[in-house]
Amino acid sequence: MDFLAPVINGFGVVLEPTNLLYCLIGVVIGMLIGVLPGLGPAATIAILLPLTYGVEPVTAIIMLSGIFYGAQYGGTITSVLLRLPGEASSVVTVFDGFALARQGRAGTALGIAAIGSFFGGTVAIIGLTLLAPIVAGFALDFGPPEYTALAMLGILLVATVSNGSKLKSIIAASLGLLLATVGRDTFTGEARFTFDNLSLADGLDFVPIAMGIFGLGEILYNLEERHNKVQAPAKVANVWPSRKDLKESSGAIGRGSVLGFFLGILPGGGATIASLAAYAMEKKRARNPERFGRGAVEGVAAPESANNAAATSSFIPLLTLGIPANATMAIIFGALLIQGVTPGPQLVQNDPELFWGVVNSMYIGNILLLIMSIPLVGIFVKILRVRAAILAPITVLITLIGVYTINNSIFDIWLVIAFGLLGYMMKKFGFEPGPLVLAFVLGSLLEENLRRSLLVFGGDPAGFVGRPISGVLLLAFLAVMLLPLLQKAVRKTRTPARPVEALHEEKERV
Amino acid sequence: MISASNEAVPSGGSVRHAAAGNGTSPAIADELAEPLTPEQLAAEWEEERPPHAGPLANVAAAVAAAGLGTAGLITSMGMGLGSPEKPEPGLWPFIISLVMITMSVALLLFGRKKLDAEAFSSSSWQVAAGIATLVGFVLVVGVTGFEIPTLLLTFIWLKFLGKETWRMSVLLSFAVTAAFYLIFVVALSVPIPHLF
Repeated sequence: MDFLAPVINGFGVVLEPTNLLYCLIGVVIGMLIGVLPGLGPAATIAILLPLTYGVEPVTAIIMLSGIFYGAQYGGTITSVLLRLPGEASSVVTVFDGFALARQGRAGTALGIAAIGSFFGGTVAIIGLTLLAPIVAGFALDFGPPEYTALAMLGILLVATVSNGSKLKSIIAASLGLLLATVGRDTFTGEARFTFDNLSLADGLDFVPIAMGIFGLGEILYNLEERHNKVQAPAKVANVWPSRKDLKESSGAIGRGSVLGFFLGILPGGGATIASLAAYAMEKKRARNPERFGRGAVEGVAAPESANNAAATSSFIPLLTLGIPANATMAIIFGALLIQGVTPGPQLVQNDPELFWGVVNSMYIGNILLLIMSIPLVGIFVKILRVRAAILAPITVLITLIGVYTINNSIFDIWLVIAFGLLGYMMKKFGFEPGPLVLAFVLGSLLEENLRRSLLVFGGDPAGFVGRPISGVLLLAFLAVMLLPLLQKAVRKTRTPARPVEALHEEKERV
Repeated sequence: MISASNEAVPSGGSVRHAAAGNGTSPAIADELAEPLTPEQLAAEWEEERPPHAGPLANVAAAVAAAGLGTAGLITSMGMGLGSPEKPEPGLWPFIISLVMITMSVALLLFGRKKLDAEAFSSSSWQVAAGIATLVGFVLVVGVTGFEIPTLLLTFIWLKFLGKETWRMSVLLSFAVTAAFYLIFVVALSVPIPHLF
């Protein structure tokens, strides 16, 4: 019962009116940005970071995580109705979702997706509740060498699993690490890369970088690539799936949830990969796979359950190890740091209210989302008519004024514009922004632990291999590094990539 | 609770789509009616994407990154590297700069042909114009308060970057400015410079 007491106390935190309100705000915003083409969850969370300054840490994270998993629900709507994936994690839903919509069964697709998302999310929260304290307990013994290896592996995985060129992602990550060194050196107090600029003396803030690269960069990029083809969607008749549909898809929902949960935990994994994998698995398992792409309910159920489960379970590495598994988690990590909370193995014990408050808020959030996606789906379908051209100046102004409000500093607005330009250029030249921001967030942690470990080992890098956990992590690091080179050698003799892989190359809107 | 929509109507959806899309051209409606396999859809998305920039874009990116890495390398050497037992402030940035240069050279040698960069087009000027309005906003905001630059920025983005109508642009830019004033100044009392 000792284990359950803090979990139940967490519900007390969630049920405070403020937290409930922010949970509602979070999931509504998440749903909206999922529906509206253009901004993804990472960009939105980045833009809204200034909002979290005035509130309690637990309230802030409840809202931000609501945006993240809410977007997984919302992204489905455009996939099914318009054949435009609202989020990268809903790309595969397009195949069967849109096919179902064409047969006049858009409602069925949306209903199954909502139920699958709810189930996947709930399974993942329960898994998170059970698994997170165990992982955290295990990680309590981690010392500087383990953290060094873990952070390096985390950055490398996010860089190599992302869609773009791996070389470019590693370049972006090293730029992020370099940016993290700007300011005073924590060990010696010496100023680094400050160019005698007083505003840089304390280092670069995370918020202007995230807001610039994710938020403004995305807005500028969309300015060029307007989604001109957005048309008014079909009316959605009935979103309550029949018993037959539910029966057909229940297996897919279950399998998708479990697969998504595990893929979400892996660093570099996350909602997008989970949905792709779940779709591929269902197609492989199916007795007649040719139904897929022609309106198979399982083709909607599996990826939608998986992406929501993965979105939820990707909180595990963040909240228990302090290592964000993907770009969105990196921003939530930054938001926690701003609030003076350092995520890590101690979080469950030292700050149980925050930990269980956030985890348990996801039950409420998922229920709210289920309500919004089944009875209220019509409202969100109407919102699809709002043109991107009208939203763009509003989001830009929220970004500019928002970043100013943090420190009342005009310099921060300049920073956002500079990083917005960088984010835009990176997108144009095929660099993923995720690895940069993630590396920036982990940069000082990595350097500090590396230097501490070197002090412990007396300068002998072989010491990393001598400790079992850091040794294994470094081995994994090497494997991730060398595997693609091996694969490349093998693939040269094989046929070109399969279509699902090609789709994966579709520019991810973060 | 039993769905009425589960009786499959093969063509019903597309007809409704065409009808609901008032204002869309018939071409789009036709295209939507066509069934597409995932492979065709992938090909179509590929076509819709902006044109690739040639290998030269990758060369430029690699050179820029290598230049940045070199600058980092030189600066960090100036800070002092120390030794692994006694690392000085420059050691860590030195290592990262080295990684960055290595990867840039690798990109230059092996990654040149991957066509993942996008070419700039005439619509890229819109982005340049957008950035110019942002710079203008920051320059003016400290002097005149945020109301006038907000109004102007919204109007330019709506009318010229967003191709909205005059009426819509004027009305909306006033509405947006008023809303921002109410939210940031009246409700949240954010200390942003303002006129009123």
